[in-house]
Amino acid sequence: MADRPRHQIRMPPDPMFAYCADPDTLQGLAWASCYLTTGKHLAFYASFGTVLVLLAVTAPVALAFGFGGAMAARSHFPPLRWFGKGYTAIVRGVPDIAFFLFFVIALDQGIEWLRHQVKCPDWDQPVRQGNDFVVCAQAKMPLSTSPQWVHETYGFGLAVITFAIVFGAFAANVLYGAMRSVPHAQIETAEAYGMTRRQATWRILVPQMWIYALPGLSNLWMILIKATPLLFLLGVEDIVYWARELGGQKTSIYAYPHPDWRLWYFVALLVFYLGLTRLSEIALARLTRRLSHGQATLAGEEMRRAGA
Amino acid sequence: MSCLDTIQSYALRSIGIGERLLPRSDFTLCEQVTLIGSGLIWNVYFGAVALALGFTLATGVALAKNARSPWLRKPAEWFVFVFRGSPLFIQFFLFYEAFVLLPKAGIEIFGFTAETRWLTRAWAGALIVLFLNTSAYSAEIFYGALRSIPRGDIEAADAYGLTGWPRFRRILWPSMLRLAWPAYTNEAIFLFHATTLVFFSSFPAWQQRGDALYYANYFADKTFNPFIPYPILAGYFILLTLIIITLFGMANRRLNRHLPQERRQKIRFRPQVIR
Repeated sequence: MADRPRHQIRMPPDPMFAYCADPDTLQGLAWASCYLTTGKHLAFYASFGTVLVLLAVTAPVALAFGFGGAMAARSHFPPLRWFGKGYTAIVRGVPDIAFFLFFVIALDQGIEWLRHQVKCPDWDQPVRQGNDFVVCAQAKMPLSTSPQWVHETYGFGLAVITFAIVFGAFAANVLYGAMRSVPHAQIETAEAYGMTRRQATWRILVPQMWIYALPGLSNLWMILIKATPLLFLLGVEDIVYWARELGGQKTSIYAYPHPDWRLWYFVALLVFYLGLTRLSEIALARLTRRLSHGQATLAGEEMRRAGA
Repeated sequence: MSCLDTIQSYALRSIGIGERLLPRSDFTLCEQVTLIGSGLIWNVYFGAVALALGFTLATGVALAKNARSPWLRKPAEWFVFVFRGSPLFIQFFLFYEAFVLLPKAGIEIFGFTAETRWLTRAWAGALIVLFLNTSAYSAEIFYGALRSIPRGDIEAADAYGLTGWPRFRRILWPSMLRLAWPAYTNEAIFLFHATTLVFFSSFPAWQQRGDALYYANYFADKTFNPFIPYPILAGYFILLTLIIITLFGMANRRLNRHLPQERRQKIRFRPQVIR
């Protein structure tokens, strides 16, 4: 990834409206409509999609990691249990941003090292040479000959895995707590009916634990939303990247000269995030209501009384 | 260069004392440990000052949010919503750009010229952002605590004829702090973690004087080997976290000293990732 072509020259696409052909003659609203539909602005709008895609992909993957971690932490097989406990403990006490910066390089080098071992077995030089990390050309990930979009997708994929590892650890912590909150009598009843431990876990414990996990998970979701601007630090062209790029002062050699407008671009990002937070709050409140239905909790009991 | 020499040259590098040039090649473990530790000075500075200032504002905002008058309540609610609902990273960028737009020559107020240049520097600008951010988070914690003060305490205060300031100072405030303290300890820990974002948002590290993560990232970039600087950084932060837990635990014991043993609240460290 170290030597990937970051910025290839791309031809500017045709303007969206025909009257935008000569921006110097435009005024007022027409200027604004042309300015806001340039190719770079469309890329800026698409990067909001990048954020949403990141959220949509990371949340289930992190939840799966967390579920695996929590199940491992409950295991009766000690090495697996130590792994689960260690995984949940790893992110405590250390700033997460350090993990983000660490995992992206570590994963990249790990993948390239593994490919190096497989593809170039007769390579005799050491992989670490002083301050360099050298693998053979076939082991580069992605290959230096591959097109730009492969590089971008690979970078985004690394970011998703990094987010999933860090947030998976937090989700594991929440789910482990939730599994212990399910009333023990429920499991005992299941075992009294002759279910095995595995059956009791999958048929009784797992369906009931979500309502206990929900406050922690919704907190985690809010935090995940607020962590998405860190994509910028991982080298993905996200909304922060474009806001800095587009907002910066443009002299008259550009088609649309303007002073430093970065402040307004960041105000737009702020509003975007506030809206996302508010929407999530409303959606999570509804989900809580739904999951409380028929549960042996205070909220579930109140709903039962109201219905009866 | 022996390790002692390295410590002498770089231990205070992050505040501009000692060797000017950072090591450029053949990095020793000692250099990495020293420089990253030197950067930690900034993390402690940002965290401690923002926390101390934020405590006052947070108390005020929590009271305003609890007030009956909408003129006090609404602004407090919005303040908390904006700073808690948006990423700290974006807040850093936003404030930096706003500070940059201020006139370079300063602002004329009543004939005096107020300097604005220092606002774009990290030591002041980033501190303001962290101060406002932690105020909002702490205000929400304090507000929650204020709402859950036992009714008996307030009735007792009324029975003794306490009103206004003495009622707040002697009854409400201590109870509020006692109830809020475990959550506030977590807030303090995560504020210290959040200070690592400062030099990765727009604020420039002037003359390469950065915080711990700045130097860790410097070494990782130069050596292309993340497996040494980041664990060092992690070690420093675990140590810092333990110190905070100890200090806040002492305060917690003092706040709870009038209660019977079994009703005292223990501080539980609950992780929360990013603000």
